[in-house]
Amino acid sequence: MQAKQLSVFIENREGRLDEVLAVIKAANVNIMSLSLADTSEYGLLRLIVSDPAKADAALKANGFSSMLTDVLVVRLDNKVGSLQSFLAALAKTDINLEYMYGLTIEKEGKASLVIKASDFQKASAILLKSGAELLTAEEIAKL
Amino acid sequence: MIWNEKMETMSREEMRALQSERLAATVKRVYENVPAYRAKMDAIGLKPEDIKSVDDITKLPFTTKADLRDNYPFGLFAVPQDDIVRVHASSGTTGKPTVVGYTAKDIEMWSECVARCMTMAGITKKDIVQVAYGYGLFTGGLGAHYGAEHIGAVTVPMGTGNTQKLVTLMKDFGATAIACTPSYLLHISEVMKESGDLSQIKLKAAVCGAEPWTEEMRLQIEKNLNIHAHDIYGLSEVMGPGVACDCEYHEGLHVCEDYFIPEIISPTTLEPVAPGETGELVFTTISKEGLPLIRYRTRDLTSITYDKCKCGRTTCRISRFKGRSDDMLIIRGVNVFPSQVEEALLSIDGVSPHYLIIVDRVNNLDTLEIMVEVDGKFFSDEIKGLEALSVKIGKAVQQMIGLNAKIKLVEPRTIERSMGKAVRVNDKRKLI
Repeated sequence: MQAKQLSVFIENREGRLDEVLAVIKAANVNIMSLSLADTSEYGLLRLIVSDPAKADAALKANGFSSMLTDVLVVRLDNKVGSLQSFLAALAKTDINLEYMYGLTIEKEGKASLVIKASDFQKASAILLKSGAELLTAEEIAKL
Repeated sequence: MIWNEKMETMSREEMRALQSERLAATVKRVYENVPAYRAKMDAIGLKPEDIKSVDDITKLPFTTKADLRDNYPFGLFAVPQDDIVRVHASSGTTGKPTVVGYTAKDIEMWSECVARCMTMAGITKKDIVQVAYGYGLFTGGLGAHYGAEHIGAVTVPMGTGNTQKLVTLMKDFGATAIACTPSYLLHISEVMKESGDLSQIKLKAAVCGAEPWTEEMRLQIEKNLNIHAHDIYGLSEVMGPGVACDCEYHEGLHVCEDYFIPEIISPTTLEPVAPGETGELVFTTISKEGLPLIRYRTRDLTSITYDKCKCGRTTCRISRFKGRSDDMLIIRGVNVFPSQVEEALLSIDGVSPHYLIIVDRVNNLDTLEIMVEVDGKFFSDEIKGLEALSVKIGKAVQQMIGLNAKIKLVEPRTIERSMGKAVRVNDKRKLI
């Protein structure tokens, strides 16, 4: 039940984001979602893409620092309170949520989230037990 | 005013005779007591009796920082350990410090040298001297301290770190002289300018050293504080501060030649350069007991004049330093080799990283920034992971060189790759 996130280190300089996106485009990889975390000097670009391994290889070949990280992609009902009730299963444990961001909102009333947990295996086991729908890399690519 | 008329104003002939006699005795002593020197001399078939006068000095082999490292810690000492009363240490190229040892007589000689230098700056027993160099393994603090006491001045062991207290005591005690690095003094002067304390001090002289500085900076210090500022030179291997200092005419630094014979050589051919030409400064100590050094290569680039000075001293003068023949940096008075930074980085990752050391001077204080490329293991998908990495690198560097550095993480290939030897340092300070 694991999805791979592509993380890229970028300095806070003009045009750097554009260069990363150009490399991914040239590799013919589709970007499904992204989150950009920033500090005063650098940023971390986190992406969910159609082919993470291919994009990672292309970025590395172009001199970028990138890596693949295991993340949980959870599909929820797009309605009031569903995020909270889903996270309640994790709240009682010692698992930390390092970061999270939205992936997609679907026509059928579903929304997907990307979550990086401090303990991937444990978090995915707990979530599955609580009935959460976790998406695989293949399912994400089809979104 | 001259501290030691006899030694500082003797004729060149008398000085050469004195140096010849002391040099021959020193060479005999190291040959008999220091296996490393004996081996070096034996290797080229040189006997102590071959050295009869200063003119024979070029026959002797050189000593370098590597020799001190190879014989770490006490291998080059020429007296039994019983006779050593103090050691100091400075940073070495590979993390191991360079250790120097002094006998009681060496400490007296050192105090005499510093007394001569402080006298050149007009300091007398009537003065109150604040010593604001670091005390400890670094030679600056204790070296200046003993010299000021030897003169008979009231000596205040301030140390570094608390500028506000220094200023308060300078006012309250009515301090008339200070010994510290020039950049620190410039910083102190600006702190006092801002706080309005300038009008309440009695400072009249400063002896500054332990880092390179320009004539412009010296004049600025004089103007800011309305004092006389003097350049005191030394290095721990040879003794510490007090090897040379400039008099009131500021036309070069008078060398304590009765203790140290200076030479200028070409750093490439290792042959002496023509008189007045710039080259690498080499010292042979001819009175030191604990750690006598034969033709020690300082790596400092300068030139020498033997003309008599207007002040009346006949001792030779070295000109303001024009740089170094190696890659050593002096940052906030601390000797730093780029290889030390590299070693600190290697200790974290195990892979040779790409880095660039950027040294600058902001508000008269040296700043140190190290750019490190985020690559391979030097990476995390979490901000806190990257921040922890910066802190870890900063700590490793601090442990290795004793200075706080700002760590800046950059993308791979940000740091320019050069053909051949990598450019590891960008020194933006205008010192030469």
